[in-house]
Amino acid sequence: MDTMAAIRETFFQECEEQLGELEVGLNAMEEGVADSETVNAVFRAVHSIKGGAGAFKLDRLVRFAHTFETTLDLIRSDQLATSPAVMRTMLRSADLLADLVKSARSGDAVEEARVEAQIAELKALTENVKEAPAETGAGEAEGLDFQPVLLALDDLGASESQTARYAIKLIPAPDLYRKGNETVRLLRELSRMGEFRVECDARHVPTLDALDPEGAYLAWRVQLTTAEDEASIHELFEFVVDDCELEIVVDRAGPIAAPEASAPVELAPPTPVAVANDVVAPADVAPADVAPAEAPVATAAGEAERAKAEPGKPEATATAATIRVDLERVDRLINLVGELVINQAMLSQRVLEAGLARSSSVAAGLGALEQLTREIQEGVMAIRAQPVKPLFQRMSRIVRELTDATGKIVRLRTEGEATEVDRTVIERLADPLTHMIRNAVDHGVERPEVREAAGKPAQGEVKLSAAHRSGRIVIEVSDDGAGIDRERVREIAIKKELIAPDAQLSESEIDNLLFMPGFSTAQTVSSISGRGVGMDVVKRSIQALGGRITISSRPGKGSTFSMSLPLTLAVLDGMVVKVADQTLVVPLTAIVETLRPKRGEVHALGVNARVISDRGGFAPLIDVGQELGYRRDAADPVGSVVLVVETEVSTRCALVVDAIHDQRQVVIKSLEANYRQVPGIAAATILGDGRVALILDIDTFVARTNRSAQEPLLAATG
Amino acid sequence: MKEANTVADAPREFIAFRIGVQEFCIDIMSVREIRGWTPATALPHAPPYVRGVINLRGSVLPIVDLAERLGFPPTDASARQVIIVVQVGAQIVGLLVDAVSDILTLTTETIQPTPEVASAFVRSFVRGMLAIDGRMIGVIELDSIMSTETEAAA
Repeated sequence: MDTMAAIRETFFQECEEQLGELEVGLNAMEEGVADSETVNAVFRAVHSIKGGAGAFKLDRLVRFAHTFETTLDLIRSDQLATSPAVMRTMLRSADLLADLVKSARSGDAVEEARVEAQIAELKALTENVKEAPAETGAGEAEGLDFQPVLLALDDLGASESQTARYAIKLIPAPDLYRKGNETVRLLRELSRMGEFRVECDARHVPTLDALDPEGAYLAWRVQLTTAEDEASIHELFEFVVDDCELEIVVDRAGPIAAPEASAPVELAPPTPVAVANDVVAPADVAPADVAPAEAPVATAAGEAERAKAEPGKPEATATAATIRVDLERVDRLINLVGELVINQAMLSQRVLEAGLARSSSVAAGLGALEQLTREIQEGVMAIRAQPVKPLFQRMSRIVRELTDATGKIVRLRTEGEATEVDRTVIERLADPLTHMIRNAVDHGVERPEVREAAGKPAQGEVKLSAAHRSGRIVIEVSDDGAGIDRERVREIAIKKELIAPDAQLSESEIDNLLFMPGFSTAQTVSSISGRGVGMDVVKRSIQALGGRITISSRPGKGSTFSMSLPLTLAVLDGMVVKVADQTLVVPLTAIVETLRPKRGEVHALGVNARVISDRGGFAPLIDVGQELGYRRDAADPVGSVVLVVETEVSTRCALVVDAIHDQRQVVIKSLEANYRQVPGIAAATILGDGRVALILDIDTFVARTNRSAQEPLLAATG
Repeated sequence: MKEANTVADAPREFIAFRIGVQEFCIDIMSVREIRGWTPATALPHAPPYVRGVINLRGSVLPIVDLAERLGFPPTDASARQVIIVVQVGAQIVGLLVDAVSDILTLTTETIQPTPEVASAFVRSFVRGMLAIDGRMIGVIELDSIMSTETEAAA
């Protein structure tokens, strides 16, 4: 990637962050819980996108962002009230802005008419306000529009009318240069503001051998006497404030301080430094978005205060709180830690085999190593973990679009947005979650008039929550709608021949019919949820992630879909079992119970099928060893161990294995990488003895058994 | 593969190994390492020539019994046998053979075409023949060793 493309990529990444901030801020404003700082953050987000877009000549984006910004400016200056109608326009504009950014990035088309319509809508709002500030009207034609932005910063003591003396300390971080900023420009701008004196602090420049050519070692101290207020000084640093330590202090008393004893370099024209800075070419910024979505959009004031709190800190430590890391590097690290875990397990086993006493120092050292290994593993996994916040934000947009399309009034409430889970889980959760949110709005929440007739508020609510529960993440989608119409579900299931007309089903069994392939209750196939994917697809995607999904519903009160997912896809909790001299791992999530069957509980059915009595019903017995071809004849279930497992269609099966060895966390290894997919097998792992063990994929394993057995017993799975 | 015709004179190196009494060789460039036999974990629903998978420093490595793959009786694997770890396309595979016998340096023109007496199935793996010091060595190309297309014939 050449430098320009890298910078462009960085710009788009930053846009994502800004759009996230924008959405959060607008939502807060809509709920009426926004303070002036939130409004400023919203304004700044749009302004930054506009500024960056200008630099890349993305004219359409600039034009729309500009109009958007103009309207936002009126809200900021309290000339436009944040009525619900205004906020709806704002949120829609934010959606369009996001689409335009996406279009600029990937070339997706955005209809010109939509842009025009939205601009017209925004302009209509501005025209209502008579005295639109002239400032925002200018600069449209300029490619690079860095119009001064008025920030409503707390006045830290400067008075606008009279001259004041400021002591400004600027310690740039390497990122400042990497992002194409230059201190010389900042200093030149400062010098234009009034009486100006600068000192360069070169104390931290290391010897040549220790010098990082892309590092930032120089710091500046500026004494400025100016009639401008402090806000305009802050403004100057707006684009670099996150990448430097900045301290601006009003210094009314005394003459300009004498240079410090530590022989600072006098730097009358700062040009030589500029040359040096030019040599520091912007490095390729690794295009990864591992960095948490919590972008450092700290306010200038906040940053300045923080800088003040830690004065005299050398710039070497003044790095940002987050770093961007190439995802590949993180994954490599995770793989290595996986190796470490396996090696440690192998070492433990060897020590055990060597017959060393448990009290020996070797065993004690090994215990410490195990502890450390686990901590490292958890630490590395945490790098891949990300908050679900961006995912939830996408959902709020979907709800917004749906309410526009359906005429229903629905509000999305989110909880636990900071809950973290593996990145891959987040990525693969987006589609099923979108589908569930759509369902909740389309099928769950009733029309306003129906709601009012039922004595409920016209505005429906869809709640999306995330929480950590016993080592897993639980995500819930609930609505306060009508609940599942079980009569209709039953009718449809009978009509589609999913169940027998006289089948006796419990309430939860009826609810679970929604997950059956080929089931869709939508009376009219709408463009919203009737997309040919049903809840069965949702359930499959959740299960592919090692998760489970459950429904609970109360008539008239609403429904809740609850998903429980593993926090990571790199390790798995499994039961290590022995089958015909082979070791297998069965995912713990699928196991309902384990039992040792007695003679009377096993019944023969037909020629070679057997079932076991299980909680009032019968579960088919599957001999794992026979099914996988490890032995020809099925073992006698009496005397073996039976694992009762539940599959994706909630059917129970009893797997016959020889013995249970252990229950432990195993590192998941791909079989496909060097071989191919094996039916019935999810992946492989490496055990403490260094041998490979296969991890059973319960769903495909059971489905395969059913196919080969051709048993009508489980026709429902077909 | 086509290299046999395109690269004319550049000498190439081959690793020769034994399966029973016959000798075969493969291009040294595809060989990653040679290691001793370790018991493999059997794979369900696998073709008979796939002996299972072993742990190669954290990777799951499938083991192909080359004898069975070529239509010989299956190798009775013990500590005497060796596994040649080779790269086939993007995948890494272990080939179970009886012993590694030699490293040969030769130019491609010394490779003669496989005679028609061999079946089409054998010729899909053995793409040429070498005669060295009165020994006859079959040149094996690995590209189709794991492909399922030739499975039916096996």
